[in-house]
Amino acid sequence: MRWIFHIGRYVHLLRLTFRMPERGRMFRRALMTELEAIGTQSIGIVALLSVFMGAVICIQTAHQVSGWIPVYTIGFTVRQSMILEFSPTLIPVILAGKVGSNIASQLGSMRVGEQVDALEIMGINSAGFLILPKILAGVAITPFLVILSMGLGIGSGAWVGVATGVSSLADFLYGMRIDFNQFDVAYALTKTTVFGFIMTSVSSYHGYYASGGALEVGRASTRAVVWSVVLIMVANLVITQLALN
Amino acid sequence: MIELHDIQKSFGEHHVLKGVSARFEPGKVNFVIGRSGSGKSVMTKCTVGLIEPDTGSVHFDGRNFTAMSGKERKAVRQEIGMLFQGSALFDSMTVLENVMFPLRMFSGDALGQIEQRARECLHRVELDGAEQRYPAEVSGGMQKRVGIARAIAMNPKYLFCDEPNSGLDPQTAIVIDNLIQDITAEFGMTTVVVSHDMNSVMQASDSIHFVHEGRILWHGTRDTLLAGGPQELEDFVFASELMKRVRGRG
Repeated sequence: MRWIFHIGRYVHLLRLTFRMPERGRMFRRALMTELEAIGTQSIGIVALLSVFMGAVICIQTAHQVSGWIPVYTIGFTVRQSMILEFSPTLIPVILAGKVGSNIASQLGSMRVGEQVDALEIMGINSAGFLILPKILAGVAITPFLVILSMGLGIGSGAWVGVATGVSSLADFLYGMRIDFNQFDVAYALTKTTVFGFIMTSVSSYHGYYASGGALEVGRASTRAVVWSVVLIMVANLVITQLALN
Repeated sequence: MIELHDIQKSFGEHHVLKGVSARFEPGKVNFVIGRSGSGKSVMTKCTVGLIEPDTGSVHFDGRNFTAMSGKERKAVRQEIGMLFQGSALFDSMTVLENVMFPLRMFSGDALGQIEQRARECLHRVELDGAEQRYPAEVSGGMQKRVGIARAIAMNPKYLFCDEPNSGLDPQTAIVIDNLIQDITAEFGMTTVVVSHDMNSVMQASDSIHFVHEGRILWHGTRDTLLAGGPQELEDFVFASELMKRVRGRG
């Protein structure tokens, strides 16, 4: 029954978080800081993973293509894989590891260092001040990172396909364009937005309620990553079922 | 004046506060002393609303803080300054920015005025020249002084200090004690200091409350403290050889 307690406390924390900020200027400044921390500072890892993912999907698909399967299937598969699953799901999972642990350890350190209490004593809504900018930044910036990932993944797939000689550029581009449905992109970005919310809010929850010392902050950070990934996977299944079935 | 009426607080089966009633006088440094685990920190957190008491009430100048709405509490909290045991400074901000922080959140003044006020507070705690340094770059004693500067930046009516001398050498501890005493008189604040450091108690206290097993067992001044009291108080106060000698001379 412990999970009911956690759900209740999570909802309570969200209620505290989504309140009007005390000072608009300070809030905007915090939001910009978080956009940089979650977005700009994640571009490198997102780009690296996406390039390799696109390349590997291209080579794996080419390995299956033989006889009656047309070569343009490579471009088609790379596009579909990147847009439907790899970019919108795998990138938030990676971000849950990088950004989520950072959020949880930051808030956890502030909690055990009494900085959260200091904010409360000043009359500041600490949840709103510390967590709201993170959630808004996560929700706003994750779709852009995923779009970047899609582009880089498909681009690297095309480059590897041509460079290794498994596909001509014309075949790849043909396959990439064939049977394209804009809804797929809308579906991908919708679930990405949800994952951005899960990643930031769940990590914030674990960090905000950390207690004890450095060891507990570390544990909170681990729990934040694990539960973010679990919930992203569950949400992925639910959204996919609702959207595609 | 801050008044506590029959505050009780339990964590599960563990009864930490068993009916605490106390009165902290304005313009005085009111010490709350007691052994580790006696409930003094929980009592302070209940007083400022960081922990909700199970029963009882807290009154700030007659205003029932416990019964207030969130909005009303927020207003009262802006009259409270607090120095935390670990200073609780924001690591990502400079010393000056830390002191400016509450002013930027609530004062509504222009940035220049806020900075001027923050510099005055830092000057008051003798930290001129440390404005641009980060908390990690200053000593523990300086961090405490930054914490005091931040606590007094909003001209609070009430000041709470949780173990202000923990981790400090005796000389620096005296500097902090004197500073707390001076600013209490200067600002006419109601100051509550939680401590188990008898040097501080003898140095800076105007009024002393002894907490034992979740109750206020004794209340008096540093003069009456030396005259003795319940056995638990004597065991606590005269635990060190130094205090035993002080008593012998008294």
